[in-house]
Amino acid sequence: MSGEILVVVEHRDGAILDTTHELLGRASALAAQGGGATVAVLLGSGVAGLAGSLSASRVLVVEDPGLESFSPSAYQAALVPIIKERAPDLVLVANSGPGMDVAAGLSAALGLPLAAYAVDVTLEGGSPLVTCQLYAGKIQAKVRFTGGRGIVTVVAGSFAPGTGGSPAVEQVAAGASDARIRFKGLLKPEAGDVDITRESVLVSVGRGIGEQDNLELVEALAAALGGAVSSSRPIADAGWLPRTRQVGKSGLKVKPKVYIALGISGAPEHLEGMRGAELIIAVNSDARAPIFSVAHYGAVADLLDVVPALTAKLGS
Amino acid sequence: MSRDLPILKVDQIHELEHAVVDGVDISGHWNRMFSDRSTTALPTEAMDWITSLDGGESMRDCYQCGKCVPVCPVQHVGDYGPRKLNAKVVRGNDLIDDPDLWLCTTCGNCYRVCPKEVNPLRIMPAIREQAVLQGKVPDELSDVFRNLQKSGNPMGESPRKRIDWIAEAGVDVPIISQIGRAVDVLWYVSDYTSYHPRGKDAARAMARVMTALGIDFAILGPEERSDGDSARLAGESGLFELLAEQNIKAFQKYEFKQLVVMDPHAFNAFKNEYPRLGWEGEVLHYTQFLAPFVDKIDFQSSVDLDVTYHDPCYLGRNNGEYDAPRKLLEAIPGVRLAEMPHTKANGYCCGGGGGGMWLDGFVAEHVSERLSERRVREAVATVGMDGSGVLSVACPYEPSRFEDAVKSTGNDGRLVVRDIIELIDQAMQPPAA
Amino acid sequence: MDYVVLLKQVPDLAEELEIDADGTGLDREWMSFVASEWDEYALEEALHLRDASGGTVTCLALGVEAGAVDELLATGLARGADRVVKVGSYEQNPDSHTAAAAFASALGSVKHDLVLTGVQAIDDLDGQVGPLVATLLGHPHVSVVTHIAVAAGGSSVTVHQEYAGGVVGEFEVDLPAVLGVQTSREAPRYAPVSRVRQLMKTATIESLEAGTPGTGSGLTIESMSVPESGTTAEMITGNPGAIAERIAAILAERGITGGGAR
Repeated sequence: MSGEILVVVEHRDGAILDTTHELLGRASALAAQGGGATVAVLLGSGVAGLAGSLSASRVLVVEDPGLESFSPSAYQAALVPIIKERAPDLVLVANSGPGMDVAAGLSAALGLPLAAYAVDVTLEGGSPLVTCQLYAGKIQAKVRFTGGRGIVTVVAGSFAPGTGGSPAVEQVAAGASDARIRFKGLLKPEAGDVDITRESVLVSVGRGIGEQDNLELVEALAAALGGAVSSSRPIADAGWLPRTRQVGKSGLKVKPKVYIALGISGAPEHLEGMRGAELIIAVNSDARAPIFSVAHYGAVADLLDVVPALTAKLGS
Repeated sequence: MSRDLPILKVDQIHELEHAVVDGVDISGHWNRMFSDRSTTALPTEAMDWITSLDGGESMRDCYQCGKCVPVCPVQHVGDYGPRKLNAKVVRGNDLIDDPDLWLCTTCGNCYRVCPKEVNPLRIMPAIREQAVLQGKVPDELSDVFRNLQKSGNPMGESPRKRIDWIAEAGVDVPIISQIGRAVDVLWYVSDYTSYHPRGKDAARAMARVMTALGIDFAILGPEERSDGDSARLAGESGLFELLAEQNIKAFQKYEFKQLVVMDPHAFNAFKNEYPRLGWEGEVLHYTQFLAPFVDKIDFQSSVDLDVTYHDPCYLGRNNGEYDAPRKLLEAIPGVRLAEMPHTKANGYCCGGGGGGMWLDGFVAEHVSERLSERRVREAVATVGMDGSGVLSVACPYEPSRFEDAVKSTGNDGRLVVRDIIELIDQAMQPPAA
Repeated sequence: MDYVVLLKQVPDLAEELEIDADGTGLDREWMSFVASEWDEYALEEALHLRDASGGTVTCLALGVEAGAVDELLATGLARGADRVVKVGSYEQNPDSHTAAAAFASALGSVKHDLVLTGVQAIDDLDGQVGPLVATLLGHPHVSVVTHIAVAAGGSSVTVHQEYAGGVVGEFEVDLPAVLGVQTSREAPRYAPVSRVRQLMKTATIESLEAGTPGTGSGLTIESMSVPESGTTAEMITGNPGAIAERIAAILAERGITGGGAR
C-alpha cells in the first residue's frame, strides 16, 4: 500500500469544478489521518496553470493534445498506467458523467473494487470505510474493500472543499491514448428568462404537481413572494418548464434564501442541487419523502391545497 | 384552476317511452330497421374494421337519429357525441388516432335511449384495445395501466398499504387469511376506498356500521387486487384478465356467502364479467347489502342536511339499482332528500368511468368544463342555494372528483361531498355535546 | 446495425425497503421487482434507432430467479425487440462486476455494433454495468447519454453526455461501443398486457452461459441502514389553511415577506 490518495481532477472551460475541491478536501484529511499523501491528477492540454490552485501535496499534470477536452476513452487510457504504477490506496472520483465513465472503466481495467454513490469516506481501523447511498437515497450501506484499496465515486456536496496548498507539480507524459471517443463541442442551453442561481426565493415543483395546468398555482405563489419557479428533473423532461429551471445534479445548483419544495420527493440527484439553501420548506403528500431529511420545515399535505391557501395568505 | 361559473339550472326533463303529439305517434319502436343500412357511397373500410372487432358489431346499426345527443354527458361540454363518432366512422375514420376515442366514459346513457341498441360499452373497449396494441394510448392512461399491472392498484402503491386505513377504523377489521374460517360477508374494499384519504373515511365508516350491525365480515387485505373494470373499458382486456385471475384465485381460497363491494365498478366486474372467467357468486353493492338492515341501524342523532344523491353510472343506469341508496338516505334522521334534474336512469356522469378517472389531463383539452364540474353545479342548484348542501355518492371514484370540482367551480362552502356510508356513520354517533 | 440492450429488474421503491436480520442486506420477503427505469430508456432508444435506420434489437438479461426475468424479456419483445436472451442463472441480482462479466461473456457470441444499457440502477453499489462491460470487452463507452445519432456509414455514433446546468458535451464514438443512457427521446412505449402474456406463452427466450464468474465486486458490506430521515424538518400539521398560515408566519419571521413577526 502506497498510502497515497489519488484524486482525478475535473475541469471545464478553463476552471476546476467544485467537486474536485471537495474531493481534495476529504483526501487531505484522510491523508493526514493515515499518514499518506494526496495526489491530484490533472489531464488536459495547456492546463498546467490550474495546478497551483489544487489543495494536494502533489499534482501530476498529464498534458497531451489528445486530452484537450474530456473524452472517456482518452482519460481512461491515460489514467490506467498512472494508477497501476502508483498503486494508491484510494482513488477518489466525482460521481458525474465523466466520473462514472472513468471510475468504472478503471475498476474493470485494473481489477480494483469500486464503491459508488459515496457520501462519506473515512479511515477506520487503518482501512477505508465508505458510506454509499442506494435505492434513491432510501438505503445507506457502509462498505470496505477486500484488499483495503479501491476506487470511490463521490456524490457532489458530500465534503467541504479543500483550501490553500502549494502542491509540488510534476509533468507526466501521457502513457497511452485512445481516440475512439472524440470531443466535438460543448452545447449550452439557451439563456433562459430567469437565472435561478441568482434568485433569493425559489418555489420549486416536482411530480407532485400532477398536471401542467397546476403550474399556474405555483407561478402565482412565486409572484406573491417575488421569486421564481424552478423544478426537479421530471418537470423539465416533460417540457413543462425550460431546462434552465431544473435544479439538481444535471441541472443547476442553487443557494437561495428560501427554497420551497412542492411535490418533490427529494431524490439524491435533486438534493445535490439545493441542500445549501438557507431555508428549505417542503410540502409533500408522502410522509416518508426524503426531502424532509434536508428541509427545515415540512408539511405532509397536498400542495394543490396548500399553495393557493398560502398565496391568498400572502396577498392579504 | 378556480372559476366562478354560474349555477346550473336545468328545467325538468321529461322522458317518455311513448309519445303522441298532435295525434301522431312519434315513439321510436316501430321504425327500427331490421336490415343493414346501405352506405356504400362512402369508404366502408373503417366501419368494416370496427364491426369485425368483437364488441364492435353494433356500430353499423346507427341511423343518425340523434336521440343519444342530448343524453351524452360529454356532448354538453364538448364538440362530441355518439352520433358524431358514428358519422366519423362512416366517413372513413377508424378512430384509432382520434382523441375522441378517449372521451367516452361508457356511462351508458346513449345505449339506454338508442332505438338500434348501438352499444359504446362494447364498442369503445374493442377499438381502444386496438389502439393500445398499436401503442396509441395517452401516457396518462398507460401510466395507470403500468401501476395496475405492477401493484394491483391505479396509484402504484404497495399492496401492503392497502390495509393502512384499518389502524384508525376504531373497530376490528378481520383479514380473512388470518382468521382461518368461513365468514358470511367477504367485504371487497376496492382501490380508492383503501388508498385515497377520502376513500379511507368511507372504509372506516363502513367498518363501524357493519360492526354495529353485528355483521360477520372480513376483508382480503393485501391479497385484494383492483377490479380492473375501468381498465377493461379503456382497452386493456389483458390487464383486466390478469387482475381477475389474481382476485379469483383469492376468492376461491376462502368460504363466504356474499361478496359486498363499495365500488360500482367492482360490482359490475364481479357480477357481469367474472362468471365467464371462472367465478360466480352473490355480489352486492354495499347499499344493496345494508338496505334490508336499515331498520336495525341505531341512529343516535339527526344530521339536519339538504342532500341530493348522485346515481353512479355503474350502479344505477348500467346495473339498475336506484332504490337501495335512496332507502338508506331516507332512513337517516334529518336528511332532506332532493333529486337533481338529471336523476336515476338519466343521471349525469361524473366523468370517471371508462378510464376517464385517469384521463383528466387529456380530456381537459377537449371539453369546456369537466363533467364533474357540471354535475357539481347542478347539485348546488338543487341543494346548495341556501348555504350548505350535501352531494351524496356511492362510488369511491366520486369524492375526489366532486370535491375538486367544488373548489374549481368556486362552490367551496356551498356544497360538501359525502359517501352515503359516511352520513349513516355520522348519524349513528351521539349528538355533539 | 445490431443493437443490444442490457436489462435488469430492481426492487420496486413503492414497497418499503427493510433491512434483513443480519443488518447487511435487504429483507426480501415483501420485495417486488420492476424493470430498472434507465434500462427502459435504453431499450426505447434502441428501438427508435433501429426503426429509423434498420437493424436488429436484442435484449439480454441475467437469469435471476427473484423477480420475473421472463416477463421482463417478454415485455422487451412486446415493445418490439427482435430477440431476447437470458444469461446465466442467479438467485438474486448479482453485483455489477459479476453482471458485467456475464454480459461481456455473452456478448462474445451476440453480434453487436452498439450496446445500450441504463446509465445506472438504484442498486449498483459497485458501479455502473455499462462502462464495466465496455472495458472488459475493450470497447469505448460514454455515460449519461441523452442523445444518440448514427453517423452516415454506420461506423460511429454521435452522442450527447449531460453535465450540470443543462450543458451537454457532444462526442463522436467509434463502434462497437457501449452507452449508458440517461433518458430516451420519447417515454418508453407501453407494452399491452395481453401482448406480454401471449409472448410469455409463445415466444422463444434463448439462453446463454454466463462464463467464468470473475472476482465479484470486491466489496464487503459491513452494514446497511435506513438513513435517519424526517428528523431535521420541523413538521407543520393541520389543515391546508393552518399549514399555509404557519408557512406565511415563518416567511415573515425570516424577513422574506413584510408580514412582520406573528
